[in-house]
Amino acid sequence: MTTATAPATGKAPAAGGATVEFRSLRRSFGATTALDGLDLTVNPGELLALLGPSGCGKTTALRILAGFEQHDSGEVLVDGQDITTIPAHKRDAGMVFQSYSLFPHLTALDNVAFGLRMRGTGKAERRKRAHELLDLVGLPHRAEHYPHQMSGGQQQRIALARALALQPRVLLLDEPLSALDAKVRLQLREEIRRLQQELGITTLFVTHDQEEALSMADRVAVLRAGKLEQCATPSELYGRPATAFVAEFVGTMSRIPCTRTSDGVEVLGRRHAVDGELPADGDLDVLVRPENVTLAPSATGPALVVTASFLGAVSRLTVRLDDGTEVKADLPTEAAAALPAGSRADLTLPERPVLVDRRVA
Amino acid sequence: MARLINRIRFGRGLVLLICGIYFAVPMAASLWFSIDDNKGGTTFRAYTELLNAPGFTDSLVLSLELAAVTVVVLLLLLVPAVLAARLGAPRLRPVIEVMCSMPLVVPVVALTTGIIGVLRWGPDYLQDTPLFQTIVAIQDPKFPIVLIIAYVLMALPFAYRAIDAGLRGVDVVTLVEAARNCGAGWLRAVFTVVLPNLRSALLNAAVLTVALVLGEFTTASILGFTPFSVWINSNGKSDGQMSVAVSMLSLLIVWLVLLLMSAVGRGRKAARS
Repeated sequence: MTTATAPATGKAPAAGGATVEFRSLRRSFGATTALDGLDLTVNPGELLALLGPSGCGKTTALRILAGFEQHDSGEVLVDGQDITTIPAHKRDAGMVFQSYSLFPHLTALDNVAFGLRMRGTGKAERRKRAHELLDLVGLPHRAEHYPHQMSGGQQQRIALARALALQPRVLLLDEPLSALDAKVRLQLREEIRRLQQELGITTLFVTHDQEEALSMADRVAVLRAGKLEQCATPSELYGRPATAFVAEFVGTMSRIPCTRTSDGVEVLGRRHAVDGELPADGDLDVLVRPENVTLAPSATGPALVVTASFLGAVSRLTVRLDDGTEVKADLPTEAAAALPAGSRADLTLPERPVLVDRRVA
Repeated sequence: MARLINRIRFGRGLVLLICGIYFAVPMAASLWFSIDDNKGGTTFRAYTELLNAPGFTDSLVLSLELAAVTVVVLLLLLVPAVLAARLGAPRLRPVIEVMCSMPLVVPVVALTTGIIGVLRWGPDYLQDTPLFQTIVAIQDPKFPIVLIIAYVLMALPFAYRAIDAGLRGVDVVTLVEAARNCGAGWLRAVFTVVLPNLRSALLNAAVLTVALVLGEFTTASILGFTPFSVWINSNGKSDGQMSVAVSMLSLLIVWLVLLLMSAVGRGRKAARS
C-alpha cells in the first residue's frame, strides 16, 4: 500500500470539486432535534470534517446530503442547485459507510464495478475502470476476493474505490475508520487524504475522533445539538476556539477560577488580558491548554503534583491548587522527572488564556 | 479436560445412534415389508405395479405443481412484506411476526372447516357473478387453487422464520443504501443486492414449504382433492404391500426434491466462494 504523510492543516484545497451548502437545515426525529438550523458551506475540493459528540447531528447532515434522510426545512445545495427532490441514486455522491457495506455476494472487482454496471457501462470498460481503482487503493491483488476473505481495512479501501468509481462530485465518509484498529486507521486516513487531494474531490468526513478530524481536514466544523459551534481550520480551532464547548471538545483544557478586572481577568494573583468579550455576569474560569502551562520545582509553590503520565516526548502532569482546582500541564519528559508526585511547583499561565467562560457549577 | 471432551463426544455419539435407530428401524421394516414375498424371498412386484397404478402419476404431478405454486405465491407475498417492514417500517415487524405465527395456533382441521364454510357460502342470486364463479374455479379438482391458499397459510410461520433468520444475518438497510448510492433504484437494489444475499434463507423457506405441501393430508382429504398424500392413503386400503411401497417411494421423492433444492443452493454458494 502507498501511504502519504497527512498534509499540514489549512492547506489550500485542490480545485475541481463541487460546492456544498447547507442552509438553515432542520431535522427532527419525534421530540429529538437532530439538526437545528445548520448553516455550512463546503468549498470545492475541500475536505471538511464534521466533528461532534454522539447525537449532535453530524451523521444526519451527511445522510440528508446523500439522500437517505429528508430534512424538515432548509436547503441543501450542490453547486448552487437544490438537490432536495433528487433521489439518492441520482445524487452523484459517493459514500463510504461506517459499517462494512460491501456486497457480500460480489468480488472486490464486482463491488467496485457495481456503480458502473448500474449506469450501463459495458463490461470491458467497467472492469478496466475497476482495476484502475483497485490499483489506486493499493489492492490490485484482491480483485477476485470476496468481502469475507478480506480484512476490515481492505474492505473499507474497496468501499472507497467503489465510492469513487462513478467519479462523484462529492465524497461522503461516515466514520469509515471507526471499526478499524489503531494502526490500520492511521494508514487508511493517510490513504484517504492522499486520494482526496489527488482527485480534488469535495469531501465531507463525519467523525467523533478529534485527532482524526484535526489531522485530515482542511477545515473542521464542530457541531453541538444540531447547531454549528465553529467551523475553522484545525489550527484556528485548536488555538482560538470560539466557544468553551469547542475549546473543551477539541484537545484538553483545564479550568481555573479567575476574577474580573477592568482590563481582563486575574488568575492566581496575576492579571491577564483576554481576547474577545468577557461573559457579562457570573463567576468566571479561564481555560488553558496543558502545553501552555509552565511548572517549575519550588518547595513553596502553590501547585501540588498529583499524577504524572508518560506520553513519550512529553509527560502530562496533573497538579492541584490550594482551592482544589486541578490543572494539567505538558512538560518535556526530562523536565517532568524533576517533579514527581507529591512535590510542589510554581505554576505560570500564558499571557493570554485561550478563553474565559462562565464557571460550570 | 480431555476426559470431559471424550465423555461429551461419547454422549453425542450415543444420542446420534439412538436417533438413527429410531428413524432407521421403521424405515428398514417398511422396506422389508414392501419387498417380502411371504416365501422367504424378495419381490419388487409392489414397486413395479405402482407405476401403472391408476392415479399415481396424476397425484404426484399435482402435488409437485401445488408445491411449486405455493412456494412462488408464498415468497411473492412474504419477501416484499418483510423487506418493506425492515427497510421502511421497523415498527411493523412484530405485527408481521404475530400474523405469520397465527397459523401455528389454528389447528389444520379448524382452518379447513373455515375454508369449507367460505366455499359453501354463496346465495343463488350470486350464481352468475364473477365472485361465485371464482369460488367454483378455485375448487377445480385438476388444479385446486383453494389448496394453495390453505398451504400458503400453513407454511407462513416456517417460511417467515427462515427468511427472518436470513435477514438477521445481513445488514439490509446499509446494503440497500450502498446500492442506491451506487446508482441503483429501490427495486434494482433489492434484486441485485438483497435477494442474492438472501438466497440461502429463501431456499430454506422453499424447502420447508415443499416438505409441508408434499406431506399435507388433512386439508386435501377433507376438501376432497387427491394429491399424492391422499392417493397413498386411499390406495393403501386395497393393497397393504403397495401402500407401504408407495410410502417408501413418497419418502424417496420428497428427499430427492429437498436434496436437489439444497444442492442447487449449495452449489451456487460453493461456486461463489
